[in-house]
Amino acid sequence: MTTTTAETTVTRGSVGTPHTRVEGPEKVTGTARYAGDIPYADLAYGWLVLSTVARGRIRSVEAEPVLRMPGVLGVLHHGNAPHLESDYVGLLGVRPDPASVVFQHDRVPHAGWPVALVVAETSEQAREAAETLVVHYEEEPHDVAFHAGHPAAYAYDAPHAPAEATKGDVEAELGASALVVDEEYSTPEEHHNPMEPHAATARWDGGRLEVVDSNQGSMWVANELARLFSLDPSSVRVRSEHVGGGFGCKGVRAHQVSAVMAATVLQRPVRVVLTRRQMFSLVGYRSPTTQRVRLGADADGRLRALEHLSLNPTSTVFEFVEPGASVARVMYDADAHHTVNRLVPLDVPTPTWMRAPGEAPGSFALESALDELAEKSGIDPIALRVRNEPRIGPLSGLPFSSRNLLACFQEGARRFGWADRDPRPGLRRDGRWLLGTGTAGAFFPSGAAPSTAAVTAQADGTFTVRITAADIGTGARTALCLVAADALQVAPDRVRVRIGDSDFGQAFIAGGSMGTRSWSWAVTAAARDLRERLALDGDIPPEGITARSDTAEAIGALAAKERHSFGAQFAEVAVDVTTGEVRVRRMLGIFAAGRIVNPLTARSQLVGGMTWGISMALHEEAIRDAASGGLVGADFAGYHIATHADVPTIEADWVDDTDPDDPVGIKGVGEIGIVGAAAAIANAVWHATGVRHRSLPIRPDRVLLAGTGASGA
Amino acid sequence: MREFDYQRVTDVSGALALLGDDPDARFLGGGTNLVDLMKTGVERPARLVDIRRLPLDRIEAGEDGGLRIGATVTNSDLAAHPEVRRRYPALAQAVLAGASGQLRNMATVGGNLLQRTRCGYFGDVSRPCNKRVPGSGCPAIEGEHHNHAILGASGHCVAVHPSDMGVALAAFDAVVSYETADGPGELPLSEFYLPVGDTPHLETALPSGALITGVTLPPAPVAAHSRYRKVRERASYAFAIGSVAAAVDVRDGAVHDVRLAFGAVASRPWRARTAERTLIGAQAGAEAFAAAADAELTAAEPLPHNAYKVTLMRNLMVAVLTELTEEAAR
Amino acid sequence: MAPSTSSGVTLNINGEKYTLSVDHRTTLLDALRERLDLTGTKKGCDQGQCGACTVLLDGRRVVSCLQFAVAAEGREITTIEGVADGDRLHPVQQAFLDLDGYQCGYCTPGQICSAVAMLQEHAAGWPSAVTEDVRPEAGPPPLTTDEIRERMSGNLCRCAAYVSIVDAVAKAATPLEGEAVA
Repeated sequence: MTTTTAETTVTRGSVGTPHTRVEGPEKVTGTARYAGDIPYADLAYGWLVLSTVARGRIRSVEAEPVLRMPGVLGVLHHGNAPHLESDYVGLLGVRPDPASVVFQHDRVPHAGWPVALVVAETSEQAREAAETLVVHYEEEPHDVAFHAGHPAAYAYDAPHAPAEATKGDVEAELGASALVVDEEYSTPEEHHNPMEPHAATARWDGGRLEVVDSNQGSMWVANELARLFSLDPSSVRVRSEHVGGGFGCKGVRAHQVSAVMAATVLQRPVRVVLTRRQMFSLVGYRSPTTQRVRLGADADGRLRALEHLSLNPTSTVFEFVEPGASVARVMYDADAHHTVNRLVPLDVPTPTWMRAPGEAPGSFALESALDELAEKSGIDPIALRVRNEPRIGPLSGLPFSSRNLLACFQEGARRFGWADRDPRPGLRRDGRWLLGTGTAGAFFPSGAAPSTAAVTAQADGTFTVRITAADIGTGARTALCLVAADALQVAPDRVRVRIGDSDFGQAFIAGGSMGTRSWSWAVTAAARDLRERLALDGDIPPEGITARSDTAEAIGALAAKERHSFGAQFAEVAVDVTTGEVRVRRMLGIFAAGRIVNPLTARSQLVGGMTWGISMALHEEAIRDAASGGLVGADFAGYHIATHADVPTIEADWVDDTDPDDPVGIKGVGEIGIVGAAAAIANAVWHATGVRHRSLPIRPDRVLLAGTGASGA
Repeated sequence: MREFDYQRVTDVSGALALLGDDPDARFLGGGTNLVDLMKTGVERPARLVDIRRLPLDRIEAGEDGGLRIGATVTNSDLAAHPEVRRRYPALAQAVLAGASGQLRNMATVGGNLLQRTRCGYFGDVSRPCNKRVPGSGCPAIEGEHHNHAILGASGHCVAVHPSDMGVALAAFDAVVSYETADGPGELPLSEFYLPVGDTPHLETALPSGALITGVTLPPAPVAAHSRYRKVRERASYAFAIGSVAAAVDVRDGAVHDVRLAFGAVASRPWRARTAERTLIGAQAGAEAFAAAADAELTAAEPLPHNAYKVTLMRNLMVAVLTELTEEAAR
Repeated sequence: MAPSTSSGVTLNINGEKYTLSVDHRTTLLDALRERLDLTGTKKGCDQGQCGACTVLLDGRRVVSCLQFAVAAEGREITTIEGVADGDRLHPVQQAFLDLDGYQCGYCTPGQICSAVAMLQEHAAGWPSAVTEDVRPEAGPPPLTTDEIRERMSGNLCRCAAYVSIVDAVAKAATPLEGEAVA
């Protein structure tokens, strides 16, 4: 029996010490094999065909001419595809995205919906055949126009996120407030765009389905493929050793499902790789939001009323909420609270989780509004946050496991030089550039989910950890090595960590900033158990000694608390209001994010998140074309993400914040870096120019048209 | 991408013979635009004639102060060449402001002049586009056009030419040389691009089957004091939303000579001759620069979402001319 | 010559000759990945918009997704597999490893190939878009962090490891530039 209580770890110093990535040599020499890199004899190539209409029915798929083209092996579509079972709720508590349940009917609910897969001997043949395939549609009128006040909007209760939360009487408190901020904010449609496109190779091997994939959880994908194809879960193996980024979009998608379907029909290995353009309609995205924030405060800045209403579009075939309004439920106290997340179904692809879903756009609105209140009240933005710091959950009334937000602001202010800041906007100039600084608060929930792990002691004195973890760039593989080394009380070079293989058993996904914490818990439990067994009997047989863990019980026993990471973001920007150009000159983020396992890679995660904040604030925006219902410029030339030249010196650091309820003290660092970052930049743009930008991104044309405020230089 | 025949040539006559008058044949230079368009299905050639190894990769610095640039000179070599940087610094800056280090190593001068618009509707074969399929319509006019033309466009097409290099070449009166089966020819850049009108699919005045062999820059002492400024939606590796190539020679406080061209505002690099005429002889200063910009931009016909470009171009032109004149005064 | 849609080619890659028949549509990127099992070169966009597929062609960095394999015949190709000196990592590779100049690692081969060539371009005196004065009289621009950022901007990194990548390139440049000067 495995011990999974949350006692304090006896460390041996690996956790907390910088360590380069264990797979680093493979990554810098090009020998790390990603999903699309593994060779197979007799491999066939699948190429997806997507709908060009935004709503309607498929009248016919003209497969015959394409089947006569060189190298073409087959065309799968709704008229000939095997049946898939989609009426289930997966491991993450949601139904599969209908766009992943491919070729089951003739309905087209959005542009870029998968309508066929063409399989050929070579990728060139497959692409040409897919481009040649004629599909006839019966087109219907579509509605893709998202805007506040859409008549079809409704409040939506998501799992773990009720649509509405209320405390007190917001209208009465607003009426009694000396200061009121009432503004609307909007954020655009944003796409994950990991550098590695989704890729999967499927093949049947002795009655077993083997899928080599790029995903955020191989057990998750294996389970869902088993459900979809009505297979015994033990007959499905999914591997995903190296993953070229995920950010929330690498789950069960059309590429794996269509590859398995084709491999089954053709009885040979089939690889399906999405094109960059296809990723813009097939793998989810962050939906746009419109948000309204109303703050009412006394003259001293104490909040009496806090209202945050968020609306986002989803598809007509799946309800996905981007819970922007939920941020306020954790961040700030007020006598009255009212927060609502609402949805409007449109003829668009289904959105999904994208790095800090809810928190990223929600914090932009709320942290901008706080800055507007600071401006109105004449109170320093940090002092305003101190004044409204809750001691318990503002709505839940639960205690915080730890809440070190103010420590982050204090340390950040010191290092950023905040004390010297003149709060008046539009006063500082460097040549053609107006300069400004801004700050914002951040939080992200800290969670752990049940996982299993196995740790084996080998006769040669080394150890192997096996867990269905995923390293999507987080450094999880290295972190787990350090965690295991400390739990085993050995040096990390004696520990080998194997991940990304569903045969290793149930484990949580790389998501929700919960991966490393969840897996570390399981690895620690198994390693401690192994250490105790080795202490009893030091003899190791040739097959080794293996200890296994399952953290379900221990995690289930955690007391209900407000469990979150917190952070303070600081930015300095330069704005040329004559051209509209905005450049971030420096950023600083101080975080309270639990115990930091590997400072080297954790810093990369936090800085990476903050850089996403730059990209979100200034660049990213997918533009949907009303006439066609599809995107315009759905590629890296049309959808801008930050380049090297957009990213200045960024510092991320942390205050001590060991989680007392976690065996290693971890909270999670994957997502908090982006939270509040865009608001800090927008607040700095106001400080530079005197103009509030409440719609992201802060594009040159918008800056140019807005000019400078009345007090602008 | 359909299957195609591939032929590599090492001399110009061979290139012309292989292209012939085949409408489905294309010259392949650096491929940075053509190969992308083949992948998106915008171009579907049946034959590629690879001209990358033609002996047209030299830059000759004339003793008169001009330059002759071979058609297959790469953007990188053009921008690194000492005489380009000395005689026409704005040209080097324009080239360096375009694309990325990798693409500049591939892209050639001839191809740069012939590159196609990056309008999102043009690049998506599932949408209408008069430039790609004549008569199919222009969805940009009612749709997404925040980076589309404000000058010289028509009700049939509002796409912009994406070149940075071309803007500097336009400012310095470049002349394009070409060869055809019937012999050589020349086109001043000002006549190289056709008006949009109702034929946006006809982009250049090059005769059918012609091969660009080079670009000649006549001597222009004013160009030694020149600058290219580009505004884009991120700091690098993005197409312009507005750019200016400018050169100015001020004597005794008055504008003696001036060259101005705008990028990302029209279907071609836009030589701002009205502004130039307005400025010659004027007292150099922000007031005159702004008046000249306004004179040029009175012709602007912005759409609902690109009107900012009028302000942007005015501000950019004033800023660049101000910088150049202040530096010269130092 | 009669039209054909495929050709036999010999590609010189990392000092070795590979002879194969290619469909003319096959890009150098796909030839490396799907025909020659040189999968270190990555496909991020297949449209010349991300730099993940950067290789060196006759010593210069290019995107291999826009280069047809058939047109690369006779040219010297260096991929990420050929950057190290045997088991000894190239200084750029070592700096990426030491300074965590990556996260998921997918753009990394392109970033490293790009950086190796970029340092040579800089050593050759090439100016960039952020070089204050491009005239030859101004002399070669110093390799500031702004210069590195601009020159590396053709390599997107969605994990956003830019800060560490720039640190790594700067660190690797110090001995290289020293050698170039000496």
